[in-house]
Order: sequence, then structure tokens, then C-alpha cells
Amino acid sequence: MKNSSSFRRLLIGSTYFWMAGLALVPYLILLGASFLERGEGALVSSHVTSANYLHLLSPTVFSMALDSIGLAGIAALLCLLAGYPFAYVLAQSSAKLQPLLLLLVMIPFWTNSLIRTYALVMMLKADGVVNTLLLAAGLIDAPLQLMYTPLAVFIGLVYTLLPFMILPLYAALKAVDPRLLEAGRDLGAGRVQNFIKITVPLTMPGIIAGTMLVFLPALGMFYISDILGGARSMLLGNYIRDQFLVFRDIPMGSAASVTMTLAMGLLLLLYHLASRRLGKEMLQ
Amino acid sequence: MAGKYRLKSGEVPAESFFLEICGLNKAVVELNRVCKDYGGQRALSDISLTVADGEFLSLLGPSGCGKTTLLRLIGGFEDCTRGSLLIDGQAVDQSPPEKRAVNTVFQNYALFPHMTVFDNVAFGLRMAKKPAAEIEQSVAQALELVQLAGMERRRPTELSGGQQQRVAIARAIVNKPRVLLLDEPMSALDHRLRKQMQKELKQLQRTLGITFILVTHDQDEAFAMSDRVVVMQHGQIEQIGTPMEIYEEPVNLYVARFVGDINVLDGVIREQTGPSTFKALVEGAAVSLKSMRPLSLGQPIHLLLRPEDFRLELEQDMAESQDLSAKFQQARLKGTVRRIFYHGATYDVEVALESGARVQVTEFFDDDSENLYFKPGDSVALGWHEGWEVVLPHEK
Ligand SMILES: Nc1ncnc2c1ncn2[C@@H]1O[C@H](COP(=O)(O)OP(=O)(O)OP(=O)(O)O)[C@@H](O)[C@H]1O
Ligand SMILES: [Mg+2]
Repeated sequence: MKNSSSFRRLLIGSTYFWMAGLALVPYLILLGASFLERGEGALVSSHVTSANYLHLLSPTVFSMALDSIGLAGIAALLCLLAGYPFAYVLAQSSAKLQPLLLLLVMIPFWTNSLIRTYALVMMLKADGVVNTLLLAAGLIDAPLQLMYTPLAVFIGLVYTLLPFMILPLYAALKAVDPRLLEAGRDLGAGRVQNFIKITVPLTMPGIIAGTMLVFLPALGMFYISDILGGARSMLLGNYIRDQFLVFRDIPMGSAASVTMTLAMGLLLLLYHLASRRLGKEMLQ
Repeated sequence: MAGKYRLKSGEVPAESFFLEICGLNKAVVELNRVCKDYGGQRALSDISLTVADGEFLSLLGPSGCGKTTLLRLIGGFEDCTRGSLLIDGQAVDQSPPEKRAVNTVFQNYALFPHMTVFDNVAFGLRMAKKPAAEIEQSVAQALELVQLAGMERRRPTELSGGQQQRVAIARAIVNKPRVLLLDEPMSALDHRLRKQMQKELKQLQRTLGITFILVTHDQDEAFAMSDRVVVMQHGQIEQIGTPMEIYEEPVNLYVARFVGDINVLDGVIREQTGPSTFKALVEGAAVSLKSMRPLSLGQPIHLLLRPEDFRLELEQDMAESQDLSAKFQQARLKGTVRRIFYHGATYDVEVALESGARVQVTEFFDDDSENLYFKPGDSVALGWHEGWEVVLPHEK
């Protein structure tokens, strides 16, 4: 007994150790750096300032942030529209088929997402798979400009993030008691009304969770916007990356990172509150 | 109503005929030779049943006998594998649940957790596109009826089990269905609340005049509430009848055993003494029996007696009194008292007969005497009230 409990302590302790070493400490460094000034020779000077945060409110940065939020929002919406029907079919399909379909959702995770993004380039470029097929089918006369458009960025974001939408939706749909749907039918609701009045409200926690899980990463996935959107589409992630790697303005990049983390944290908190309220109602 | 039950040859009109001669209203639900298979597994076989308008019918049977399946067929959640189902004289085989004038109170209530009590009850009316003012009024009425006025804004999770059940009932009856199906609605309630809800439900049914079909595996519940009881076993109907018929004239050992305590004695027919009277040897004693059944000489039989059907006297009293022994003329079995079980208003006496069979006899307390009249070891004579016996052909 004593042995197992000290083993337990060791396990939990090492988890905390790694968390502190790999997440908390770097984050505190980031937080500290965000209040410093850019250094001349060194990376940062020891001068404390809040100028970095004020700069984030400047019109250029602010409108870039808004654009990025809009882009991520649309990507989340597209994922929801594409993911809900799939999750619905998944949850309804036979018990034997479900693991297989879930596997299909998971398989892309086995490949690095950067590599998958380059694979998308192969699909979307002027002499890529999509254009070749469309030309061959006679649907278009000249290759479509797909690469380096907002459309390409959306395709990339939706393709990469769709599983994060499907999985929570699937879990939420599985949790809907089929007897409630029977009760709905019994009381005169057709399948469509049942869906609107019962399924959608009851899967709201899943909808919110999926939207969060897509929306938040979509703000930061700079490589997708880089590779597929060229220089035109700027995500918050691109901005932060540029501060660190291009302009070498570490305090500015830190401030942007901290702000984005706070915004995400705030959204997660809102989600938590909302799901707790919904969850309470769903517990019978 | 007349002409509705034209007798075609080969059909089984007995039930609708029964309803008509009993003065009950026309049939609301009719099942003709209905079968239901679940992937080759038979859940219901050859169910024929007619439910009259305004009737309170109970489906009684052990777990897995197909009660829920039968309700789900009527509700439209399952299709009949064979046979036909009529509601209000219309074949409904093709109509989905939302198109049937039938509502269900589900076993687990199935209240919508994301809606208030008001919205739950209003659900059916909204689906029927009733005007808002009418909905408001009907919901208030329904909640009044189930004594939940003032709870409109609560969520199902904020209600007790009994209150949830009432919401489920209100949600169903507010649509004024022709038939209300109730699947063990009281199974989650404690004994006291259950008794109370039984009364209220029965009262409600009288007030509304809606046909109720109640599933239960509690015999007391079925008997207390129903006009007729359907006893089921293994997906088949064993007997349909009023509670009294089921209790006093069970058609077979299964029904007899299922509804209350019963003693089964074995015997054999010796002589027919009249159109419906016989002499027989039961547990080694010669007795006279009454039965409407055709019984042949030498036929082995079961003799069924409820604990309260017996007469029981001490042998020593019998020897002293002529009057007493006269009461045991048609049957007098000898036995010994084994044990006494005290129940409050009654007590049970377990008697071992000379043949070795044991019977349970229920006796009422004599107001005059302080003590129990019988004690273990007493030699007793056992008879029964004339004509209270049920004779069945012997079942293997
Ligand atoms: N969906 C189903 N698929 C396969 N078999 C089923 C299904 N539903 C019920 N059965 C079977 O049909 C039979 C009747 O089941 P049913 O639910 O009607 O019993 P019940 O009388 O309501 O029992 P209980 O009192 O336990 O509720 C059972 O043997 C059951 O295993
Ligand atoms: Mg059942």
C-alpha cells in the first residue's frame, strides 16, 4: 500500500514537474518579456513599459486581429456545417460501423499537419489535382486560381480542424437519449422538428466545444495561411511569428501572445460556464 | 355502433361482442392476430385484443413477456411483423407515432431536460400549431389537473420523482389523446406515493374519459385500477378478464399463480354426479367438486384454492359439534398445523396434509378471542367454501 502510494505521488509529482518546467516557466518568461523594451544588442532591455500592449490597440494591429477573428469564425462555422451532418450519421450508424468511421476521422492525425498542408498545395495549385480534374471534365476552360486565395486558407483550416469539431459533436449526439426523440415523435413532432427542438438544444455543449476547438487554433495556425494564402492572409499567428522571427521584436511578440492567450482563456471560461449551465439541465 | 362487428366466418369476434353486450362503448384499439419478431426472436405471438372506449386496461405479466413491446406497437414505435392494428377503426400500420391519436407516458418519463415544465407540457400543442392563448390555457388546466400549478418555470431536474411523473402525464393528456399508454409509470415511486398516484390516476381517467392502457407487473396495481386485466406470458395472452374473473376463475395454473397466493392440490375425477358436479379424490380424500368444465372419469386435475377460500377447524371441535362437521360435508381433509404467520388483521396458517402436501390458509381474527385460535401441532380438518374451488385439467 505504502509503495503504491509513493509511486502514485512520484507519477503525479513528475507530471507537475514537467508542467511547471515546460509550460509555466516559459510562460512566465513570456509574460515578463512582454513588459520590457526591445534591446539594442541583447534580445530585451531591462526597461519596463506597457507600450507593447498599447501598440496592440493601434488601428493596423487591431484591424488585423479583427480580420483574423473573422477568418477563424468563418472556419469554425464551415467546420460546424460540415461536421454536424457527419457526426449525426456517425452517431446513428450501427455499432459495428462506428469504430470504423471514427478511425477515418482520426487517420489524418497520424500525419504531420504541415505535411498535410503541403499535400493540399498539390491539390490546389494551377496544375494540381483539382484543376486537372475540372479541366479534364470540361467544366472549366482555364485553371482556377485556388492557391493564395482566402478560399485556399479556408480549405486548409477546415481540412485540418474538422476532426476537432466532429469528435465533441459525436460525443454530444451519442449522449442524446433516443427515448427523448421517441417522446417528441409521440407528441406530434416530425423528424425535422425533433431535430430542431430536441437534438440541437441538447447537443449545444458539443456545438460550443467543437466551435472553440476549431476557432482557437484557427487564430494561430500561421503555417496554413503562409503556405496556402501567401502573404495576403494574416492570422494572429502570423503576426506573432513575424514579431519573433522576422522583426526580432521579442517583447512585442510576447505581448501579442499573452493577449491572445488571455482572449482564449476568457472564451474557454465562457464555454465552461455555458456548458455547466447546459450540463446541469441535461442531468436528469 | 351496431353493425360495426359483423361476424365473418373464421374471425374471432368474441371480444368485441363481449364489449357490446357489456354495454361498453365502441372499440378504440383493436389488435388482430398480431405478431412481433425482433430479428427472428419472437416477442409477441398471435395477440388479439380489443380495447373499448373509456376503458382502463392493464397489461400484467413478468419481465420480458412483451408488455412494453405491445405498447410500442400501439404507440407506433414498432411495426407489427404480422397481423393488423386498428385505432378508431382505421388501420394504422403505415402511420408514424406523430400521426396517431395516442400518447405515451414513458417508463422513465422522458421529460425534455432542456425545457421548463411549461414547455414540456406545451410541446404537443405547439407541434399541433395551436394558438398561443389556447396553449397557455390548456397547459394551465393540465397542470392544475395533476396538481402542479405554480411549477411552470421549473426544470424537470428540479422536481421529485412523483412530480416528474405528473409532468409526464400532463404532457400526454394535454393533447386529449384517444388512448393514453402508460409504461410502468409508478415503478420509480415509493410504496406510499405509488398508492396515492394510483388513486389519482384512476380519478383522472374517470374525469377525462380517456382510454388508459397501463403496463405493470404489479398485480395489486392492475387489480386496483383496471376495468379489465390482460395477463401475459412469453409474448402471449393467457387470459383477459375483469380483475374478479382473473382472480376467481383463472384459466390455467400460470394465471392462478401469477395473481396472488394460491394453493394447488392434485386429484383425480371419480364420478360425475350432475351436469357440473363431480366426485373426486383430492390429496387422498374423497370430495365433491363443482366445475363448468367438461371433465372425464379418471382425469387428473388440479384443484385451486386461495388461502381465504378454506375452512379450518380443530379436529377436537369437529368431534363435539354436529353443525361444524356439516360444513365439511363436501370436503374434509386431515392435516396438522405447522406454522402461524401473523399479519395484523389476518394470520396465515400453514397446514401439512396427510398426503404430505402443504397449504396456506388465511384466517381472520376472531374479535372475541384474544389468542390465536390455532397453534403448531394441532390436528385440524380442512375444507372449503362450497363452489369457491377452481378445477383445472392437470398440467404437466
Ligand atoms: N429492440 C429489441 N431488440 C431485440 N429484442 C427485443 C427488443 N425489445 C425487446 N426485445 C425482447 O422482446 C421481449 C419482450 O420485451 P419487452 O420489453 O416487451 O418486455 P416487458 O414485458 O416490457 O418487460 P419488463 O417488465 O422487463 O419491462 C424480451 O424478450 C426482449 O428481450
Ligand atoms: Mg417493459
